[in-house]
Amino acid sequence: MVDKQTITEVKVDELVDKAVLMKGQGYRLVQISCTFKDRFEITYSFDKDYELEHFRIYGERDEEILSISQVFFSAFLYENEMKDLFGVKIKDIAIDYQGGLYRVAQKTPFAPQKEEEEEAEHV
Amino acid sequence: MTVLHFSTYVIKKLFQKPATHLYPIKKQKFFERTRGHVAIDIDACIFCGMCSRKCPTGAIGVDRTAKQWDIERLKCIQCSCCVEVCPKKCLSMENAYTAPSEGSVKDVFHARVPDNQPDR
Amino acid sequence: MSKRSIVPFGPQHPVLPEPIHLDLVLEDEKVVEAIPSIGFVHRGLEKLVEKKEFTEYVYVAERICGICSFMHGMGYCQAVENIMDIKVPDRAEYLRTLWAELSRIHSHLMWLGLLADAFGFESLFMHCWRLREQILDIFETTTGGRVIFSVCKIGGVRKDIDKDTLKGIVTILDKMQKELKELTDVFIEDYSVQHRLVGVGVLTKQEAHDVGAVGPMMRASGIAQDMRMLGYAAYKYLDFEPVVENDGDCYARTLVRIREIYQSMNLIRQCVEKMPEGEIEEKFKGMPQGERYERLEQPRGEVIYYVKANGTKFLDRVRVRTPTFTNVPALLKVLQGCELADVPMMVLTIDPCISCTER
Repeated sequence: MVDKQTITEVKVDELVDKAVLMKGQGYRLVQISCTFKDRFEITYSFDKDYELEHFRIYGERDEEILSISQVFFSAFLYENEMKDLFGVKIKDIAIDYQGGLYRVAQKTPFAPQKEEEEEAEHV
Repeated sequence: MTVLHFSTYVIKKLFQKPATHLYPIKKQKFFERTRGHVAIDIDACIFCGMCSRKCPTGAIGVDRTAKQWDIERLKCIQCSCCVEVCPKKCLSMENAYTAPSEGSVKDVFHARVPDNQPDR
Repeated sequence: MSKRSIVPFGPQHPVLPEPIHLDLVLEDEKVVEAIPSIGFVHRGLEKLVEKKEFTEYVYVAERICGICSFMHGMGYCQAVENIMDIKVPDRAEYLRTLWAELSRIHSHLMWLGLLADAFGFESLFMHCWRLREQILDIFETTTGGRVIFSVCKIGGVRKDIDKDTLKGIVTILDKMQKELKELTDVFIEDYSVQHRLVGVGVLTKQEAHDVGAVGPMMRASGIAQDMRMLGYAAYKYLDFEPVVENDGDCYARTLVRIREIYQSMNLIRQCVEKMPEGEIEEKFKGMPQGERYERLEQPRGEVIYYVKANGTKFLDRVRVRTPTFTNVPALLKVLQGCELADVPMMVLTIDPCISCTER
């Protein structure tokens, strides 16, 4: 028996409101994950009584996203991680490492390379 | 007495056999399933290269023309993936571990070819 | 007002062989604030999924952590199996549960030893690890590996355990339980141990919920949340209740883990009793397509596996959210207002596994 998992799409500017709403209903932040192909998608998962709720936002490479760490304090680690590995621009994180959470040799290693960078490599 | 709780335990242990081995003198006992290192029955090998393609770390090298099979011992992670995919079942997992070493350890096996000098 | 000073803690520290760095802001001997810094052992294992076939990635997943290694492999396999709709045979599910519970005993015993080491009780540490050695021997006889088993595969398990060995495991556990009782009594009743643990690092129920603590950390604060209740693998057939303590201090966290060792032993006995005969793996065809979040209860708490597949043999993305990652904010919470001398103890009671955290 496999439970169905539904992912609700949310607009970028509605995200913080949604987080406040979830917090009010007594949900716990479980995880934030990011996938980056042509554009990035970030999924926020919340849990209450073993039920998971997923919310997903889509955004372009240079789009700015407001942090939810003012609502859920524990979000700061996930957001710094996304900033470091994918180069997602997130504003107002409670503790901002400015890209120094992971000591990586290459900047934003998980993000696909920008076109001009790829060209520069081929030259 | 809560204070003497552990003391009685320790005193009891004083009269029992030690829990450790005198290692280099007394060798470690292996279990039947212990995954130590990969061994090959080179004469049964058909050099299909399946093991080298499936190896997660790329430790195995197969050369079909030279009839050669080699393995980087310290690159191998003993997952026994190659043993499972081998179509001729000529690979097996042996108990003993590879001895520690400073550099890389590469073991090379050659198949006996009838018109060649047999390898020693 | 007293003067503030900053004391760096880690990444190399005698009580903790793993690299976490904390900047502790002190007022006299009291910690006012702590800023964590991780990232010393980031290996980028999640990225490796783009280069390994999805069946091969099990080996990588198992190597994320050296202690809960089996459950990492199991979580990844379960996620892929659920995407591909593979029904794992019952016997394989029972075997997975058995190994998972043995891993829990091994991890908790190791943690008890490390805790004893942290408050300077060296011989207690040695005795905990002596008991743990028997569990490692069980692993070696049944799987062939002491730490990394490589027995989990998509669709089932690689190795079967015969009847006599199963009975042997129960006999070893019965014997071990008697000895373990003597050891855990020391943790529970000894004056000097209590002196270091009781009332230290209290995390209330509300705080635990707000900072998103998981696992024993959360259960010690009175929240009965255990992912095994979701009924994955064979847990749906077994009878158990989450272990809960209400005090939320270091002592409560120790008690939760001690009681979980006994609970795991009980679960293993149930497993051996109920284990059905039959196949241990299900053959499958095709490639996965779709995405899934899979949750498991590791010794340290809830782990989340996210797998996104695109219908080829290479997956798009695997993401692992390990329990220590969410327990770091909880650690910062308990560190506020504690004594400097208690900091190593506090760091240990979240049962940190930093190489898991950074992957």
